[in-house]
Formats: sequence, structure tokens, C-alpha cells
Amino acid sequence: MKKRVVITGLGVVAPNGAGLDAFTHAIKNGISGIKHDAELERLQFSCQIAGKPSISTELALHYFSELELRNFNSTGILYGVIAGIDAWKDAGLYLENNEEPDWDSGTIFGTGTSGIDKFRESIYKIDDFQTRRLGSTAVAQTMNSGVSAYLGGKLGLGNQVSTNSSACTTGTESILMAYERIKSGQAKRILAGSTSDSGPYIWGGFDAMKVCTFKHNENPEQGSRPMSASASGFVPGSGAGALVLEDLESAIARGATIYAEVLGGNVNSGGQRGLGTMTAPNPIAVQKCIQNALANAGISANEIDAINGHLTATSKDSLEIQNWSEALGRNGKDFPYINSLKSMVGHCLSGAGSIESVASVLQLHHGFVFPNINCTDLHPEITAIIDESRIPQQLIEKELNIIAKASFGFGDVNGCVIFKKYI
Amino acid sequence: MNKEQTIEELKNIVKPYIQNQEAFDGLTEDTDFINDLKINSANLVDVILDIEEKYDIVIDNEAMERMVNVKAAMEIIETKLSEKNS
Repeated sequence: MKKRVVITGLGVVAPNGAGLDAFTHAIKNGISGIKHDAELERLQFSCQIAGKPSISTELALHYFSELELRNFNSTGILYGVIAGIDAWKDAGLYLENNEEPDWDSGTIFGTGTSGIDKFRESIYKIDDFQTRRLGSTAVAQTMNSGVSAYLGGKLGLGNQVSTNSSACTTGTESILMAYERIKSGQAKRILAGSTSDSGPYIWGGFDAMKVCTFKHNENPEQGSRPMSASASGFVPGSGAGALVLEDLESAIARGATIYAEVLGGNVNSGGQRGLGTMTAPNPIAVQKCIQNALANAGISANEIDAINGHLTATSKDSLEIQNWSEALGRNGKDFPYINSLKSMVGHCLSGAGSIESVASVLQLHHGFVFPNINCTDLHPEITAIIDESRIPQQLIEKELNIIAKASFGFGDVNGCVIFKKYI
Repeated sequence: MNKEQTIEELKNIVKPYIQNQEAFDGLTEDTDFINDLKINSANLVDVILDIEEKYDIVIDNEAMERMVNVKAAMEIIETKLSEKNS
């Protein structure tokens, strides 16, 4: 018997809002979290603007002990733990000092790197013959599974505790991995999410590839321009999103708030064949991923009310719209609403899929479509495929039933998840 | 070296790491870092780094292995300090 899987808790640490209330307010009102970054300017980056969540030490102390914050230098773990614990509490599941691990609950919390600043600090010490002075937490902060390990300990999780990694698809993939584990009856609930470190040492490689915009250093809030004719590259971002996925029976038995149902989805890869490369998606694979997701969810293309795209503000946005249109067999005015959270927060890399999924689920739960900002000049290649009215630039208050969310990442990897309003 | 003063100083150093307040409040020379104060064994290296910093000494691997209680810590600190000053 396959289990139905629902979402009972949400947490988010985004550049335009940490915490559900601040984030919901920001996305409804098109508030940008992109700011000038003095450190990127000092280091002579081409792109000197970024999306970075603002977390005070005081807030951090609600989630970490003073001892844990000593010599702590991992922004990814900081964001991930805050989002994860918030989601857990939001689901009414906070556990304090339970003696026995919670065997039915686990976490699949992804990331691309861990504690990259801590890594840098450690490398300098090692090269200075100071290995013995690294302290006791250099490993926990820099191992890729650091974020799931911290969360597992804080929540006393006794089921699978793991970290997945698939570049910018990471967050969407973690939701689907959690979904599979619950659907097959191996866990009652999984804290699914992903996070990304912030700062020059994670963003530098992208700056070097010239995929980030260098045209908006003087006007940061206008810098991230998905679907716009004047889009000139993505704005680097960071942060974390977290969703508690739970077996429907368990959620009902607990009387939990049900935000949405996860109907299914798909992950695949274009194999870096055809048009696919390390950095460019194979369109056949993207379309197949979307179509397989629909089949897996048991819905038809016409049932999709809105799409939350990957849409990074590079030259690939038009191709993404074309892929959606061909995969769904829908275009013009018949195309679903589509939006990109990246217009407000930038590209949060390994954190993107989960932050954007939290935004998607909030849209279903509260009944709205958040506005796209910075695309008054829509790209003509996009308006040739879909009608302008499908790309809202003002908040739309509307009950939605089904949202498709997709992410695409380096390595030619794709993920698409289907969320449905739970009635 | 004043024994009471050193114990006070050691108390301040281990304070952030202890997980047994009662044993900490009644700390004596015989108090064991792991068994009594319940300091996480991984944190012992942090305690030692903090001691090195406080007294500007270097505690070698052999000394580190012996440093399981307050008494051993005091002896090692005293030895290292006198080596430094001689």
C-alpha cells in the first residue's frame, strides 16, 4: 500500500526574509533581498551584488548553544539549521531532550558545499603547521553532511539522516527523496530541505565563468532579471528552505496543519549528450523530466495552474519556457502562470530548490501567485511562446490547485516536483 | 604558582564545556574532566587549546593524553610554565 505524502511544516531563511511571516510578506510584495556586497567589491568581483540572509547572533543563539557558536564559521549550516528547526516547530514536532531517538523521523537535507569559510580558515592553519589548533568542530562544519548531522542531533532523529547533492537541483531532489521514503513506508516523516553557503569563496567560481551580471552593481535591486530582455546573468544568492514531509495518516492523527500534498515528481539527467553539457541542459531530458513528473503524479498537463520555474536570468530562460511549453503542450494564453523567485532573492544555488518550493507551497496554502519583478521588458523570445498575462508582475490573489516546480543544475541534472492543494 | 588561583582559572576555562553543573560547582583537584564534568571527549582538545592560549604554553601529545583531570592539568601547566621560565 503506497502512502500519501503531505507537507506539515515549513521553514525558510532567504535573502528577502528569514522566517515564514517575513518571507511571505516579501514575496507577496515583490521585495528584493539583493544588496551591494562590500566584500565582493573589495575582492574586485565582476558582480558586486548578492542575496545574503541577515542573521543576528541573537537569533542564532535561539538555535545553537554559545559553545556551538564558538569558532563556528559555516553559513550553510547556520541557515539550514534555522530553517530546519523552524519547519519542525511549525509542524508541531519540536522534541526536547528525548532519551530515545525518534525512529520514525529523519532528514534529507542537501547542500553543495559545507562550511566553505571554515575550510578556508583550516587550510590556512594547516599550511602554517598549526593542524593541532583546528579545534574539535572543523570536521563537523566542513563535511558535506554537516547540516543534516547538526539537525539530526538537535531533533533526535532516528530514521535516515543524510545529505544529497546535485548542484542547483539539490533542494528539489531532497523533497523527492523524502517523498519516496515516506511513500514506501520506510519513514513517517522526513525533514526535507537544502542550504547554501554564502560569500566570495562559494560565488567566486561563478563570477569567473562570467555567468553573473556585472551591469547592476549600482542598482542591486534591479539586478536579478529573469525572463527580461535585459537579463544579463544571475545574481548569486544563498540561504535555506525546509519542508516537513509526512505520511498523511500520521499528519491526520496528529491533527497537523496540512499545507499541501506532494503528488509526485521526477529527477533525471540529460547525460551531457545532445545539447546537454556540464553547464547547459539537454532540452530532451528537461521535457522528459517534466512529463515523467506529471505521469508519476497521475495528472494531466492541463491541470497545472502555475509553474515555479528555475529561470535564473541568463540566456537560458527562453529555452526553459520553450521546454515547459513543449512538455505541457500549452502555449499563449493557455499556458499556466509562471514565476521566478530568483527575481527577488537571486540564485541561491544548492538552497534554491527548497527555498523556491517553500514559496510554491505558500502560494497553494494562502491562494496567491507572487509577482515577478524586474521583467517589465519581457524577452521577445518568451512572449513569442506564451502570453504576457501568464507572467504576473503584480500579486494575484487566487486559489490554486496544482503547482509544478522544477530545478536544473550543473551536470545536466533535472528535478520536477508536483504540489497539490490539500482539501 | 598559587594552587587556588590555578583552580579558579581552570574552572573558567572548562566552564563552557561542562555538562554537569553539580560536579563543576564542587570542583576539586580530583575532579575528572570526562567522568565527573561530563565534558564531551571531542571537546577535550578545545579545553587544551584554551589552556595553551591562557598560559602561553604548548602541551605535547604525551602530556595531552595524561590530562584527564584537574590535578594532571595543574601539574602539566606547572611543568610547562617552569620549562618556559628556565
